[in-house]
Formats: sequence, C-alpha cells, structure tokens
Amino acid sequence: MSGLHATRPLSWRHRLLRGTLIALVMVFMAVLVLLPLAAVFIEALSKGVAAFMDVLAQPETVSSIKLTLLVAVLAVPLNLVFGVAAAWAMTRFEFRGKALLGAFIDLPFSVSPVVAGLVYVLLFGAQGWFGPWLSDHGVTIIFAVPGLVLATVFITLPFVARELISLMQAQGSEEEEAARTLGASGWQMFFRVTLPNIRWALLYGVLLCNARAMGEFGAVSVVSGHIRGLTTTMPLEVEMRYNEYDYMGAFAVASLLGLLALLTLVVKALLEWRYGDELAARATRGH
Amino acid sequence: MTLELSHLHRRYAGFAALDDVSLCIEPGEFLALLGPSGSGKTTLLRILAGLDYPDSGSVRQNDRDLLAVDARERKVGLVFQHYALFRHLTVSENVAFGLRIRPRKSRPGRAEINERVERLLKRVQLDDLGKRYTSQLSGGQRQRVALARALAVEPDLLLLDEPFGALDAQVRVALRRWLRNLHEELGLTSVFVTHDQEEALELADRVAVMNRGRIEQIGTPEAIYQQPATPFVCEFIGKNNRIPLQRANGVLTGGQRQLGADPWPGNAVGSAIGYVRPEHLLVSSTPSTDGWAAQLRHIYLAGGVAHLELDVPALGQVLEADMSSDEVAQRGLQPGQSLVVQPRLITAFPLDARGAADAAARHVLQPQAAS
Amino acid sequence: MGHKRRRVLPGFGISLGYALTYLGLIVLLPLAALVWKASALDFSGWLQLLSAPRTLAALKLSFGGALIAALFNAVAGLLVTWVLVRYRFPGRRLFDALVDLPFALPTAVAGIALTAIYAPNGWLGQYLLPLGIKIAYAPAGVLVAMIFVGFPYVVRTLQPVLETLDRDVEEAAESLGATRLQTFVRVIVPALLPTLLTGFALALARAVGEYGSVIFIAGNIPLRSEIAPLLIVQKLEQFDYAGAAALGTVMLGFSLVLLVAIALLQRWSGRWAERAA
Repeated sequence: MSGLHATRPLSWRHRLLRGTLIALVMVFMAVLVLLPLAAVFIEALSKGVAAFMDVLAQPETVSSIKLTLLVAVLAVPLNLVFGVAAAWAMTRFEFRGKALLGAFIDLPFSVSPVVAGLVYVLLFGAQGWFGPWLSDHGVTIIFAVPGLVLATVFITLPFVARELISLMQAQGSEEEEAARTLGASGWQMFFRVTLPNIRWALLYGVLLCNARAMGEFGAVSVVSGHIRGLTTTMPLEVEMRYNEYDYMGAFAVASLLGLLALLTLVVKALLEWRYGDELAARATRGH
Repeated sequence: MTLELSHLHRRYAGFAALDDVSLCIEPGEFLALLGPSGSGKTTLLRILAGLDYPDSGSVRQNDRDLLAVDARERKVGLVFQHYALFRHLTVSENVAFGLRIRPRKSRPGRAEINERVERLLKRVQLDDLGKRYTSQLSGGQRQRVALARALAVEPDLLLLDEPFGALDAQVRVALRRWLRNLHEELGLTSVFVTHDQEEALELADRVAVMNRGRIEQIGTPEAIYQQPATPFVCEFIGKNNRIPLQRANGVLTGGQRQLGADPWPGNAVGSAIGYVRPEHLLVSSTPSTDGWAAQLRHIYLAGGVAHLELDVPALGQVLEADMSSDEVAQRGLQPGQSLVVQPRLITAFPLDARGAADAAARHVLQPQAAS
Repeated sequence: MGHKRRRVLPGFGISLGYALTYLGLIVLLPLAALVWKASALDFSGWLQLLSAPRTLAALKLSFGGALIAALFNAVAGLLVTWVLVRYRFPGRRLFDALVDLPFALPTAVAGIALTAIYAPNGWLGQYLLPLGIKIAYAPAGVLVAMIFVGFPYVVRTLQPVLETLDRDVEEAAESLGATRLQTFVRVIVPALLPTLLTGFALALARAVGEYGSVIFIAGNIPLRSEIAPLLIVQKLEQFDYAGAAALGTVMLGFSLVLLVAIALLQRWSGRWAERAA
C-alpha cells in the first residue's frame, strides 16, 4: 500500500510547499491534458448539436467509422493470439535468444509510425519487393484495406504480449505444473488454469491495443492513399476534413475518437481498481 | 511399489544440483529429504514429480522406467511449497480439479465426485469451507486444501515440498502431528522436503540428509542422530562440539590428552577431527587428571535442560555440555567455577594432508573414564 | 548430457514457432525491405540526401525537439509523479487517470486540438501572440506536441518505483540529520535515477518518431518547422522510394539505439531493485 505513514504535524513551510506543488501539478495537467480534451468537444459542438449530428450522418463519416471498426476487428484478434503465444513461450520456457525476442516484441513501440507505414509500401507497393507479383495476381495491399490492417497490426503488436509477459512472469508456472501433476492435458491446463488467471490482463491488453488500433494515424496515413469512402479511417477522415477547412466537421469526427479515449480510460481505471492484483501493472506495483 | 533412483545427475548452469544420487524408497514409508538450501532436495522431488529431468541416471518403479512417463500420467500427488492453488476456483473446485479433467471414460459421475470431495475435505478438516475461495483461507488451511487436492487423484506417491515452510511455529507443530497420523491412516508412500531437522527427525520413518547435490547419509532418525556418518551430518544435525585431534605413534590425542589408540591403519602422523555431543561430555567438579581442565563461563537455562559453556585452555576453545537443570541446582554449579570435562563418545574422522575429512574411515571412540 | 532435456510444460514448439513466424512476417521482413531499399542509394546519393539543408533542418528539429521535450517531461514527470504518489488531495484519482490521456487520445485528434488552443486566434494563442509568443505554426508548436505525447511515459515508468521506494530509508536519512532537501537530492533522486532515465528514453523515442499530433500544429514550413517523418511522407508522395527508405533507415537506427539503451537502463534499475530487496 502506498498510504501515508502516521501523519505527523506539518510545519507551515512544509504545508506551503505541498500546497504549491499540488497547485502547480493541477494547473500543468489542466493546460497540457484537460484543455485539449475540452477543445475537442467544444469545437465539435461550436455550431450546435444539429450541425454536429449532421456531420455524423454524412456517408463519409459513416464509412470511416465502419472501416475503423473493421480494421480493429481484424488487427486486435491477430495480436491477441500472438500475445498469448509469445507470453507463453517467453515466461514458461528457457531458450537461447529470449532477451532478443523480447526486444523485437517491443520494437514497434519505438519505431516511428511513418516508418511502420513506409516498410509496407516498400514491401507491397508498386515499387516494392512483392509489388509486381501482387499486381500480376490482382491483389492490392497498399492503398487498400489489407495495408491498413497490416500497418495497424505492426503498430499495436506489443500491447497484449507486453501485458501478459509481465503478468505471467510474476505469476510463475506453479499452478500449471500443479495442473499437470493432477493429470491435465495441455489444452485443459490452458483453458482451465492459464486463461482464467490471465483473463483480466488479457482484456486490459486488448483494451489498450484496440484504442491504439482505432486511433492510429501516421502508419495508416502512409498506406491509405486517402481514398474517401474506401480507405479513410476515422483519424484520416479528421485529417481530410481539417485540410479542407471543414474544422467543425473534423472536430465532430475527432470527438467520437475522444469519446473512445475517455471510455478506454474509464474501463482501464475500472479494471485497475477491481482486478488490480491480476494485472501486470499492479502485480509489480505495491506488492 | 518400490522406487529405485540410481545415479541421478542434474546440473544447472555451472552448478550441480544432483551429483550421483542413488536412493531406494520403500512402499508405504515416510521419507524426509533434509538439507540446507541448494542441497538438491527440491530438484530430487521435482524429478520424482516429473517436473524436472535428470541429465543422467534412472528412476524405476517395479521395473517401469518412470522418467519415460509424463508428469500427468505418473499418479504422483505433489503439494507445492506455496501450495499453487488455483486462485480462480473455490476450495471444492480445487479438490475436484483432478477428477473433473479426466476423460469421460474414466471420469467418475458428478455425484461421486462431489461425494469424494466432501469426504476429502472432512478428512483434512475443512468440510465447512468448500465454497470459499483460497484467498480467504489461512496458511494452514491452504496447505490442507493443497493436500486434499493432491490426494483426490489417488496417487501412488505423495510428495510434499517444505510442507510447513510457510506456516508460523504453532500451526506448524500441530499440522506436523496431524500429517503423521494421516500418513499412518492412508499408508501412502510419501516423500517430503525440509530444511528443518526437527521436522524431519520427528515425522519421518527415514531421513536422507543432503548436501551439495549428494546424499550424505540415509537412515532412521535415531541412526542419523546417534551415528552421524559424515562430518557434515555431525555439524548439521543437532549440536556437536568440534575438537581437533592429533595422530602420532599409534595414539590419538586431543588437547594434550590421550584419548585412545589410533584406530586408522598405517603409522601415520597427522590430524583428525572429532565430534562430541553436549550430552556426551561428562562434567565433574572434583579435580582429576582424567579430563580437560575447564572453567565454567556461563550457564544457559533452557527449561529442563541447562547448557554449560566451558572454556578449555588445553583445546583453546569453548565447549558446550548439557545436563539437567536439576543436576545443576543439586551440584550448585556457578559461573567461574573450575571443572573437569571428559568426552565419553567421540565420532572421529581422519584428515588428509589437505585437511579434508575421510568420511568412510569414520570411527567412534569411547575414551575410558577413570582408568 | 545423456538424456535429451524434456520440457515439462507443453506447447513450447508451437508457441515459440508461432510467435517467431508472426514477428518475422509482421516486423522483421518489412524492416529488412526498408534497409534493402535504402541500400539502393549509393554513397553520393546518401551524401546528397543527408547534406540537403531541408533534410538537415528536419532531422535537427525531430531529434533536437524530441530531446528538449523529453528533458522537460523528465522534470515535469518527476514533479507530477511525486505529487500523485506522495500527497493526498481531492481529485487525485482523476488526475492520475488523466495522465494516460495522451496514450489514449488518437494523435490526429490531439494534433487538431492543440492547434485549436495554440493557433494565433486560438484559445490561448490569442493571448500569447501579443506577448510575442508564437507557438502553433512554429518550432515551439512541435515542442508542445512532443511534450504532450511523451508526458505519460515518464510518469508511468516512475510511479511504481516511487510507490515501492521504502519510506524507512527516507526516515533513516532524516533521523541521521538530513534536511528534506538533502534527503530528496541524496536519497530519493539517486534511487529513482535509472528509472527516470528509462522514462526519459521512452519519451524521447516516442517524440522523435511522432507524426500525427505534430503535423497539424507545426505548420510544416520547410527549413523551420518541418519534421523528419513528414519529409519521409513527402518523398513517398514524390515516388522517391530510395530517399524515403534512407531517411526511414536513419530513424530506425536511432530507434534501435534507444531500444538497446532502454534495455540496459532497465537492467540497471533491476539491479537496483534487487539490491534494495
């Protein structure tokens, strides 16, 4: 627990310092974080609720929402399965090159989103390694949905794996070993012991992965080609409206993403509060 | 079912956890693996459970190669040191786990599983707590859930890793006696690992004392205590005074006093090491040439027994002798008093030129009092 | 070794095989394509690219700006973490949750929101401009966006360490006669240093590659407020694949260096934790 020790009487100087620091942090965070959030919603509603609803009903907006959901629905499960497999291998076995594998899993976090998009253009674009072969076979990846999914998968690859690796490391493998000595088969052990133990962490990882997948801009922007109604996800729709000086429209679409961010934060805080012990973030914190 | 472990070797990065361990486990016996941490006892237990494998050596059970059998098919019940209970399941569900996961053919019916779980919970005195989650239980209760869970699959062999390690002292003693009774009722071959000699000596039929991946001695608790086979066992089990001895001209001396004939062949001049238990030191108040002159430095009264701290100039060291508190009072012993000490039983080992003791050449001396 | 070592738990081959294949296809193969494409550029091509004033200016802004932003975040993050962990005040939980907002808010949304605030006619911009402070459409705007996206990294890295930092040590220091300031400088800061550096490196890595939140507020004036990732996008739009790949490789190289640095820092702070335990 991080509770304060027995409170001793504070000197007025100490209290003044404390008050000043708290006020400073509140002002700083209000300006840095709260103000932009407020700006999104206020600008979105600057021309009234009717105009706002009007933007949301426009076909470009609707198709961008559908595409965003589609990309997330494809990308998140892929990284979910990868995360479980990678965490199982990394935390339950010793093998050569484990640290290197861990570093490669983290790599997408430190690569610029633009570079993440660029690599797929170089691989699958008209000038890329597989470009000619793909176009001969009538497959388009770049400037099409598969490219969007690939770039999103790249960017969001570490989320689930990371969360699970630190949790499963902390939990250890004794429960699985116990299941084995009690006669459980591999899948029985996985579904009856491992999965129940990691379920909240899994949800936590998926939550963060999804937020990033739906909000990714840089990588997706490079592979999208910005074809309205076909390859524009919500963040790209925001950009296009903004560049066309449709500020209110841009903020209207952005406010949906802002709501998603808020929802993500609320669910995240709930998970941390309710199932803190079963999450990696807390399993290492304060225990 | 006799278990025969022969010539087991197991190395972890640069360190030998098991170094040529051979051992026979008799049906129905209660065996303790006793040793300091890092002595290889847990590795041995995990190999029996199928959770680790030796680099070489074999484990056979009535001519069946146990190492070829997967952990899940060994019919071994393992109680983990930290219990490893399934935290998302209730107490009953934990105990039922091993039965519920059986393939349909061999799985007992729902009613039978429930009945067996209840019987087991009653046996481990947890019949009211079946619906609880394991996080709501005390350490001693968790320990018994882990035991019930291991017993539910009707194992041929029960393994316990430091079964009382995580419990506080009072619970520990009560649970120890209870476990001994349970073992006698079930008649199940059981092996447990401990670093607590009191636990091992009180509970087990036989004790294997381990050190640095080797078995130093295996035998009944009496034999381990009364006839320690190696210097390590002398020092690890109970208390022992360690006394340097000299060999010369066929005579063994210690503290300038002849203790007897040199028991080892060859007319070597050299040294040896002797161990004398505190209760084997005879303390007399009358001046005599039959022992070492000593000065009583301190008396530690520990209930019925008193530990005497004796300064022996001839040895240049302090010896500890035990006698009953009553005797101390009767004889009116006081710190500062001059006394004479005589060893009545010495376990001795010759030392080679490099100062290493030869355990195989162990010899027990009984110096004659008052010749 | 006589026996073949057996794995006790099942699924090693399948899980590692799957993870490696997936990682290879999604991350390693594409990165190899990047380096391969960049190698198409000969020496004079590299020289021409890297000596172009526009490239130099963009790299300087991306790396320099990220460095300043990360330094700012290290100081501000330490302060915020300290207040969140050590003080109890109304709204503390809310502020704690808000730290993650820059993680959760899509970068494009952050970009237009920051622009709305700091533009010359924006919420704060209109008051700053008369004071001679121009943030949006200037290098300062790039800094603001980089500070925004990097902010959570320092706090979230420091927080668990500060929470578990043993109060006894501070009390011991104070009982030995240290003032609060001495305790902070001599006891707390050294204990937090490896973690603070890790957070700094993470914030730096994020800010260097940042694109979405920066391009809206930067104004993207060549030689002045144009960042390196934007230059890559422009090269792609002009079908200069080799140039884009070369710039991308430079940025990837920097990411790798930072990744190694972070791994070393974490090993260092891990050793600290072990020693403390």
